Amino acid sequence: MTIAVIDYGAGNVPSVERVLERLGAASRRACRPAELALATAIVLPGVGHYAAIIRALDERSLRAPLLDAICRGVPFLGVCLGLQALYSSSDEAPELSGLGVLPGRIRSLPHDVKLPHMGWNRLRMQGASALLQGLCESDYFYFAHTFAAVEPIDATVATCEYGTPFTAVLERGRLFATQFHPEKSGAAGARLLHNFLRLAA
Amino acid sequence: MSLARRIITCLDTDGARVVKGVHFAGLRDAGDPAELAARYDAEGADEVVVLDIAASRDRRPTFLETIRSVAAQLSIPLTAGGGIRSLEDARSVVRAGADKITVNTAAVLWPPLITTLSGEFGSQAVVVAIDAKFEKATSSWDVRVRGGRDSAHLDVLSWAHRAVELGAGEILLTSMDRDGTQSGFDIALTSAISSAVPVPVIASGGAKTPGHFAQVFSEGAADAALAASIFHDNTQSIRGLKEFLRNNGIEVRFPC
Repeated sequence: MTIAVIDYGAGNVPSVERVLERLGAASRRACRPAELALATAIVLPGVGHYAAIIRALDERSLRAPLLDAICRGVPFLGVCLGLQALYSSSDEAPELSGLGVLPGRIRSLPHDVKLPHMGWNRLRMQGASALLQGLCESDYFYFAHTFAAVEPIDATVATCEYGTPFTAVLERGRLFATQFHPEKSGAAGARLLHNFLRLAA
Repeated sequence: MSLARRIITCLDTDGARVVKGVHFAGLRDAGDPAELAARYDAEGADEVVVLDIAASRDRRPTFLETIRSVAAQLSIPLTAGGGIRSLEDARSVVRAGADKITVNTAAVLWPPLITTLSGEFGSQAVVVAIDAKFEKATSSWDVRVRGGRDSAHLDVLSWAHRAVELGAGEILLTSMDRDGTQSGFDIALTSAISSAVPVPVIASGGAKTPGHFAQVFSEGAADAALAASIFHDNTQSIRGLKEFLRNNGIEVRFPC
């Protein structure tokens, strides 16, 4: 199995590749529709502005093949903006349509806490999760974001709290996403990625 | 449940080697950056900063190679800077493996650089470093540039506000009065800035004892604290420091 890591120009692609390599997984950068159509597992890393990821996916004509792959049940892991992109829209770029795989809108975290939400925080488990197997509420994960999925949905399997609770991990079939950066989250993050590789195999 | 306070280790490099100095001068060798980075990752550091203190153009390729070798060792975030003057400089640092970029003098000289960088990488990736020196005459903190040599004739608090408006996602605040003295963080400075800006503040300069860290978190309202030499020469272990902080009611992360 080769993991297709979507390379849309910006983003944390090299660090994701490095952790996958450490875990013994082969990965390949994907930036063309055909590369997604053939992928047997997909990671969508992301960091920065919501508009950047959505525009980049559209400019590279990756929206349709990505949605198609998710529909076909190709294992998918979205990271940070890669989680936010799954929703219908975001207050960070209200004029753009997200992938719309999940219902709802990404909103800003409240301004009564320091933003961005930057650093290591813990999760509150909200139900059984294959992705979080072996991980617990005392593990810390690295977050670096200002916007979040603040309305819980059926796919929410773990929340985090920073000013307000928000979805930290979601899971629906073989669709997975994390608001934090597992590739930057030490041993706990490596464990999560290991789980994803096992579930994707 | 809350956000853990971060312990950040800083590698000041002169090309390929880590160096340390007192009051921004008197440098001596402190080790190999990749080896130190690997040790800090394993010991539970929350983040690593690599600063090229030489920052001369001809050493640029060496510094990028240092970033690559450090990034290859880390499973935690990496911030890099020193001599970043343009979007292209920042791109090469990010491509080499940095998650965040830190800018100092260049941002003072040309503040729109902050906006350019946050537009490209997101504000969460832009750390504005401020070197602060207390001025007795005015009873305020003055922004210093060019490695602390020159005054920027700017008030630290106003510059911090402006940097955030322009897109800084974090402030790395170094007390030049305390840096290298091991007499403790500047609590008054850290508290004044951290309580005034809406972004996280990293306190730097003067750390020696676990008590210094506890104080900068509890009284200084720091979101993170940075130190270099006490970690490099093993005066203070990161694990020991975090145990002390936890026992004093400060939330810190222990790696599993």
